[in-house]
Amino acid sequence: MKRLALAQRGLLLAAALMLGACASPPATLYDWGPYPQALLKHLRESGGDAARQASLLEEQLQRANGAARAAPPGLHAHLALLHTQLGNEAVALRHLQAEKALYPESAAYMDFLMGNARRAAREAKP
Amino acid sequence: MTSTLALPLLGPWALARRCALGLLVLLAALMGGCATVDRAPVDPWPALREARPASVLVLPPVNNTPDVEAPGSVMAQAVYPLAEAGYYVLPVGLVNETLRSNGVQTPADAQQVPVQRLREVFGADAALYLEVRKFGSVYRVISSDSEVAVDARLVDLRDGRVLWTGSASASSAEQRGQQQGGIIGALLQAVIEQVASNFSDRNHQVAGIAMRRLLNPQGPRGLLPGPRALAAAAAAGR
Repeated sequence: MKRLALAQRGLLLAAALMLGACASPPATLYDWGPYPQALLKHLRESGGDAARQASLLEEQLQRANGAARAAPPGLHAHLALLHTQLGNEAVALRHLQAEKALYPESAAYMDFLMGNARRAAREAKP
Repeated sequence: MTSTLALPLLGPWALARRCALGLLVLLAALMGGCATVDRAPVDPWPALREARPASVLVLPPVNNTPDVEAPGSVMAQAVYPLAEAGYYVLPVGLVNETLRSNGVQTPADAQQVPVQRLREVFGADAALYLEVRKFGSVYRVISSDSEVAVDARLVDLRDGRVLWTGSASASSAEQRGQQQGGIIGALLQAVIEQVASNFSDRNHQVAGIAMRRLLNPQGPRGLLPGPRALAAAAAAGR
C-alpha cells in the first residue's frame, strides 16, 4: 500500500515536470525595452516628443549592447526617423547605416531613404 | 464492483502489468499534450513554405471600427510577434512616413499600391495586410470589456501570391471565468494584470494579445517560423 502511494507520488512529480517543460516561456530573440511603446506613441500621435523618445531609445541601445543582445529590427531605423524630425541629419544617416549593417534585409529600403536624404541635403545647399 | 476493488484479486504480476500499461498511456497523453496539436497531414501553407520570405512589410491596417486609435495600435503591436517569429520587420514608423510623403494618405490607399511598387521601394519579400474588425469597449451590465479582432493576409511582393491568412481576437473578459489554457492563457493574464490606467491603454494591451495570437508560429494553421528564428534555434541546438 505504501509502495503504491510512493509510485503515485513519483507519477505526479513526473507529470508536473513534463507540464513544466511545456510551460516554460521561450527566451525572446531581441531585447525590446521601450521600443514598442515608442512606436505606439509615434503611430498614434505622429511624433510628439521626439527628443524624449530618442533619448529613451539611445539608452536602450546602450543597455542592449552592454548585454550583448541584438537590437530589435527597426530600432535604429526609428531612431533615424526621430533624429530627422529633430534636424540631426548626420545622426539619422548613421542610424540608417547601422540598421542596414545589422539587418541586411533592410538594405534596399535603407538605401532608398539614404538616397532621399542626400538628395534633400544637396537641394538645400545652394 | 468497481475495478479498484477488483485489483487485489489479481496476482502481483498482473497488477504490475496493469500499472505499467496505465503509466504508458499517461506518458503518451502527456507528451501528446506538449506537441503543438496534431499536425494536419496536409501542409496548410505550401506557398509560404516554398516562398520562404525573410522580411515583412506591415502595411497600415484598414480600420473597420469607429475607434481612430485602432490602426496605430494594431500596426505597432504587429512588430513584436513578427520579429520574434523570426522575420525582419520593416520599420513601421518610417514606412508610414514614406507612404504619406508619397501621397499615400489612408490605409486603404496603401493596401492598393501594386506589389511591384512596394517591392521596389521597401525591398521586402512579403507584405502583411491587416484589417481591424473590432477594437475597444463592449459595455455590459456590470462592467465593460475591451475586445480586439484582426484579420490578416501575407502576400508575396515578388509575385503577388497569398502566402498565408489568419484571424485572431482577444478580450479583456478572458481574464475572468473561462480562462484560456496553455501558454497564451498565462501570457494573457500576465499582460492584462499590468493594470491598464485607462481604456486606451487597455485596448492597446488587448490588441497586443490578439496580434501575438495571430502571428505566433504555433498551432496547425499558424505562421511558419522565419529564417532568424530558425537560425537562432539551430545555434541554440549546437
